[in-house]
Amino acid sequence: MSSDNGSPKDVTALLEFRQVNTHYGAVHILKDVDLAIYPGELVCLLGGNASGKSTTLKTLLGMVTPTSGEVVLDGEVVNNKPTSYRVVNGVTMVPENRRLFKRLSVKENLELGAYLRNDKEGIAEDLEKIYGLFPRVKERLSQKSGTLSGGEQQMVAIGRALMSRPRVLLMDEPSMGLAPALVQQNFELIQQIHSDGVAIFMVEQNANMALSIADRGWVLQTGRVVLDDTAEALLANPELRASYLGEG
Amino acid sequence: MSAHTISTNPVKRLISVDRFLTFIRIFLVTMIVVGFLAFIWQQIDADNPFARWRNPGARGLTGDQFKGLIVSGLSQGSMYGLIALGYSMVYGVLGFINFAHGEVFMVGAMTGFIASDKFQANGMWESNFLLCLALIIVMAIFFSTFTAVVMERVAYRPLRSSPRLIPLITSIGVSFFIQNFVLGLFGPATKSYPRLPEWLSKQRSIFTFEIAGTRLLVLAVAAVSMTALWYFVERTKTGKAMRAVAEDKEIAALMGIDVNRTIVTTFAVGGAMAGVGGILWGLMFRSVTHMTGFLPGVKAFTAAVVGGIGNLGGAMAGGISLGSAESIAPLIILEPLGVPGVSQLKDAVAFTVLVLVLLFRPSGLFGERLSSEDRA
Repeated sequence: MSSDNGSPKDVTALLEFRQVNTHYGAVHILKDVDLAIYPGELVCLLGGNASGKSTTLKTLLGMVTPTSGEVVLDGEVVNNKPTSYRVVNGVTMVPENRRLFKRLSVKENLELGAYLRNDKEGIAEDLEKIYGLFPRVKERLSQKSGTLSGGEQQMVAIGRALMSRPRVLLMDEPSMGLAPALVQQNFELIQQIHSDGVAIFMVEQNANMALSIADRGWVLQTGRVVLDDTAEALLANPELRASYLGEG
Repeated sequence: MSAHTISTNPVKRLISVDRFLTFIRIFLVTMIVVGFLAFIWQQIDADNPFARWRNPGARGLTGDQFKGLIVSGLSQGSMYGLIALGYSMVYGVLGFINFAHGEVFMVGAMTGFIASDKFQANGMWESNFLLCLALIIVMAIFFSTFTAVVMERVAYRPLRSSPRLIPLITSIGVSFFIQNFVLGLFGPATKSYPRLPEWLSKQRSIFTFEIAGTRLLVLAVAAVSMTALWYFVERTKTGKAMRAVAEDKEIAALMGIDVNRTIVTTFAVGGAMAGVGGILWGLMFRSVTHMTGFLPGVKAFTAAVVGGIGNLGGAMAGGISLGSAESIAPLIILEPLGVPGVSQLKDAVAFTVLVLVLLFRPSGLFGERLSSEDRA
């Protein structure tokens, strides 16, 4: 990894890819990808359709196993550990389109976020914290989550992810499918969660907005990392402006 | 691209199919309405012109007879409901119909026979019936659960990622296998359960209903089992995980739920319910063979569809509706229409109920509309 990409130098990465390759059948998706997310960072992964963004997230979570290379969590290689191992160790995701359990109540959705935890008091405490963050959610606890509006579902999805007490929160297209007015609000929310010390790894189409709040970013193109730099440098990069920010 | 060229033809054909279905809808509804009106007229005046034409010698039903029909419908239906739960749960998590579930029920009934036969031989059946009952229920639950879990592990798990038609066809094969396995072990003779002790099976009068003790026992055990299941699914952490897996396996795994273990639990719980159903069936009808699972299995599957497959409350309600319809409809709809031999037409009634539900409410009485993306 180049030394001027803005990443902290003297800390162990929380979650890391070392020369990761993945295949779906014969199709080569990720090609020699290197990534590192450090504690408390806000980083983003940019890329067009079919560039390998979703595969990156699935590989980080252990839903896809790399064909070569290493996925490293706190310095330990976790290639063959199940998703639950990563969740217990503080990695979780807010999936694309929220994917709530629509037939379950809002409360049950939140409780499932804490499925692997056994500390009753801690869970109750975190529930209160989430009600504080989203008072609207508290009013709808017994409602089936499928009946909520898009914005409310986003709150529940984030709340559900926070219930596992993550150290790093992966977010897959957090502004996808949200009304324009909510997009800004959503980014403020992400910053707020980040300011509580949770590292955030965001995959976004809305490159301008994402880079404006991120520390660093990567650009993925057909499975290869083509840019790896600080957010300011990426925002100023003429190539990136041309292809992702709709200029030129 | 080619969708445009194909599209005109099916639309045309669909119209003629629609006409046919509309005809069937009108025919069935007319029959039910006319039959029911004829029944009411017959109750008011047994010698009315319509009855003289269609059903001479009709005497109508007495109140006690009607109550009897309701009670037998309920007890029959609650057994269907217990079996239907297994169909519905497996469909909920895996999206296919496990046609071998009827055999899981049969294994429960068979286990009950073997155990109760031994208990009767040493006299314990008479002297300590309640203990025997508890023991045979536990044994039936054990063997049915075992059968269901092994079935999942051996036959269905390797097919998890194949199209849903494949496990469905496999389940028919599993069904034949279990039938013949039991045939090989215990032979083709009909086995008869020992008689229930007199103090339990005698008629009792409850709220003016004359109920045979056996039916009362069936209703009570079914109610307890269903309540336990409801509590398990709605109130426990495992139940919550089960509902989450039914809805979205990938996200359930993201929550840290062990999807495979949850699927095994689903089969186990469905198997346990079928085991209890098997015992009740044995106590009620007192005979069991290796083929016992077939018809109740198909009926319970019907009940699950009637109630809305994938929906547990629906499976119970579907079972009870189906049992009641089977018991009541022949006498209040078919008999007044002058259909001969109505008591033989139970099965025809059950499947007509299925046709009606599929015609008027394809998602079942309590079913939600399923989106095409998550159900086959």
